[in-house]
Amino acid sequence: MRFELSGEQAQIREMVRSLARKEFAPKAAEIDEHSRYPEENLSRLAELGLLGMLVPAAYGGSETGAVAYSIALEEVARGCASTGVGMAVTNMVGDTIYRFGSEEQRRRFLADMASGAGSGAFALTEPSAGSDAFGISTVAVPDGDAYVLNGSKTFITNGSRARVAIVAAVTQKEPKKQISAFLVEHGTRGYSCGRPERKLGLKGSDTVSLAFEDCRVPKRNRLGEEGEGFRIVMTALDGGRVGIAAQAIGIARAAVESAISYARERKQFGQPLSEFQAIQWMLADSATELDAAGLLALRAAYRKDTGGSFTREASVAKVFASEAAYRSCHRAVQVFGGYGYMREYPVERHLRDIKVTSIYEGTSEIQRVIIARDLVRQGYR
Amino acid sequence: MAVTELPGGEEKMVFDLTEEQRMIQEMAHGFAQKEVLPKAAELDETSRFPEELVRQMAGLGLMGVAVPEEYGGAGMDNICYAIAMEEISRACASTAVILSVNNSLACDPILSFGSEEQKRNYLVPLASGNHLGCFGLTEPGAGSDAGSQKTTAVRDGSHYVLNGTKNFITNAPQADTCVLFAMTDKEKKHKGITAFILDMKRQGVTVGKEEKKLGICASATASIILEDVKIPEEDRLGNEGEGFKIAMHTLDGGRIGIAAQAIGIARASLEDALAYAKERKQFGQPIANFQAIQWMLADMATEIDAARLLTYRAAWRKDRKLRYTKESSMAKLYASEAAMRASVKGIQIHGGYGYIREYPAERHFRDAKITEIYEGTSEIQRLVIASALLKD
Repeated sequence: MRFELSGEQAQIREMVRSLARKEFAPKAAEIDEHSRYPEENLSRLAELGLLGMLVPAAYGGSETGAVAYSIALEEVARGCASTGVGMAVTNMVGDTIYRFGSEEQRRRFLADMASGAGSGAFALTEPSAGSDAFGISTVAVPDGDAYVLNGSKTFITNGSRARVAIVAAVTQKEPKKQISAFLVEHGTRGYSCGRPERKLGLKGSDTVSLAFEDCRVPKRNRLGEEGEGFRIVMTALDGGRVGIAAQAIGIARAAVESAISYARERKQFGQPLSEFQAIQWMLADSATELDAAGLLALRAAYRKDTGGSFTREASVAKVFASEAAYRSCHRAVQVFGGYGYMREYPVERHLRDIKVTSIYEGTSEIQRVIIARDLVRQGYR
Repeated sequence: MAVTELPGGEEKMVFDLTEEQRMIQEMAHGFAQKEVLPKAAELDETSRFPEELVRQMAGLGLMGVAVPEEYGGAGMDNICYAIAMEEISRACASTAVILSVNNSLACDPILSFGSEEQKRNYLVPLASGNHLGCFGLTEPGAGSDAGSQKTTAVRDGSHYVLNGTKNFITNAPQADTCVLFAMTDKEKKHKGITAFILDMKRQGVTVGKEEKKLGICASATASIILEDVKIPEEDRLGNEGEGFKIAMHTLDGGRIGIAAQAIGIARASLEDALAYAKERKQFGQPIANFQAIQWMLADMATEIDAARLLTYRAAWRKDRKLRYTKESSMAKLYASEAAMRASVKGIQIHGGYGYIREYPAERHFRDAKITEIYEGTSEIQRLVIASALLKD
């Protein structure tokens, strides 16, 4: 056990922190207010090598590993949550293409994603297949040198911006359902995006539905083997969950930091709010839970970096961090009182933004299923 | 800052146990499962002090885990200590607290503040387990407000004369040595408190009758009454007026032990409930198949993971001589409250059987409660954490 970062990881933290504080945080309210995609923020991240952190340098990535990635994502989300999720999805897609893609696929997609020339999207969810991901109905039928895709995907982050989307589709229904993964490129005939969803929070992120109508995807764009798709998307989600835990911590951290400075300034009954135990309790609980969340997220990232299975660790980090972060944002609004409810202060935005972290990339309920299944099979480890 | 950041160092972060940490885990686990667990229910039922287990633990080096070998200890790090505490506590929380008081509250202050002579005379027998230690801070009127000590120590030539009463002292009936606090200068309030090493055989020391408690029944808790007890100057620990600082420093370390104790209780709650849930059938299937039960199990495991990392972090910082007051408060607060929640869920999963003494679930619940109270209540931990946050 050693609870310190490497020099390089600490440097990345400082660099991203300063970027997020100077360039992202000042615009976060405006991005939220206008539901504006923070294109310029993503470009900055690309310039600094922060969109290909899990991809080796040979493919244009910065190869910093999952620990550094978690730390960076936390800092970005602390400045702007919408920018954070854009960064998270592109990194996760890059990681997945690197892990499961052919040499040719890696060369074709990864450098562009890392450089910001094209972001990535991950298309698994469908109108009728949320937590029940295996229940997807988009189909891919082989036809000559291509697969013909039909179906629709919903709630796809980066959906309208992505140069390439990892799309899960059914390649065999009987006797045993089989899912395969495809790399579908923007502009492919028969592939279209719906209009942006209007959301509770994370308003700057691009969330759309995707439709596939007789969409021909060349066979060379199949990711992994036929039938390997479900394993690929589940592995991708393990990594993605570490990212969402980090995002949640970043958002909550911004909220608690605002609450601490507000509690110091705001006077009631003749003294600063921070002198009251009722307020101190809320701050202490948030800080304690966020510290624990941070350690769980780093542990999961560490396991990912050092190889081996980290499914349970990722689920533990994700459910704990997203729920602790939600409680922390909720308390922050409470510390602000009436002002916390007003858009003039950032905490109501943090509360709206944080809610999704206990929903996407596997709801809290799905994380608990994963953890409980592991417990029943292997006991507490 | 709302989140404690890991410092940047030369080396990389590691979330794996070291070889030594794995070894002590295996050893303590083996001992606890084989020797301690089979006795836990009986110890609880009869409120019997497990003398034979204490002797065995001494043989294994567990009475002074983080004390250097030259002073009779095992010379390991504080993560090893937390691991050993967790394993013993998983089997029997009462046995664990005996261990924790000796390690954290008796050995550690003498190691940190004692003179070479005091270490030779008092620490060596405590750390090697030949003697048992206790910690005399709490008084009837001084619980969370530890600074308001009524016990007095009046200087008389080369001696001090002590008078007063200490309350709720774990290990008091069996202890040979007590790290004790008394007021040497009332005017200075908490800065007038001085620490002493009290040989429990000194004239004028009386141990009150054992308290009957909700849980940790096999650990002995009693008051210590001091009537004109003469303590030689050489047995003063640190300087006059340094006592409050010594007490607080000691409790920082003690909280790591209690956090680990709480984790052990939580783990016992989880592991027992998990085994029961896999066996118990209702509606034609094991209750582990029901999401209602799975949720409880998943939350217990998740919170134990979180508590462990907070505890190891605090222990690691202590070993590195970094500040860890806030970190050990966080570990203690979170672990103890997580243990309480886990033990309630443990009972709930057992249903009616959870309420019956035939199953261990109700003992875990009774044992867990104390961890939110002693060595600083949850309320005191939140004060410590909030003041650290607001100071930054």
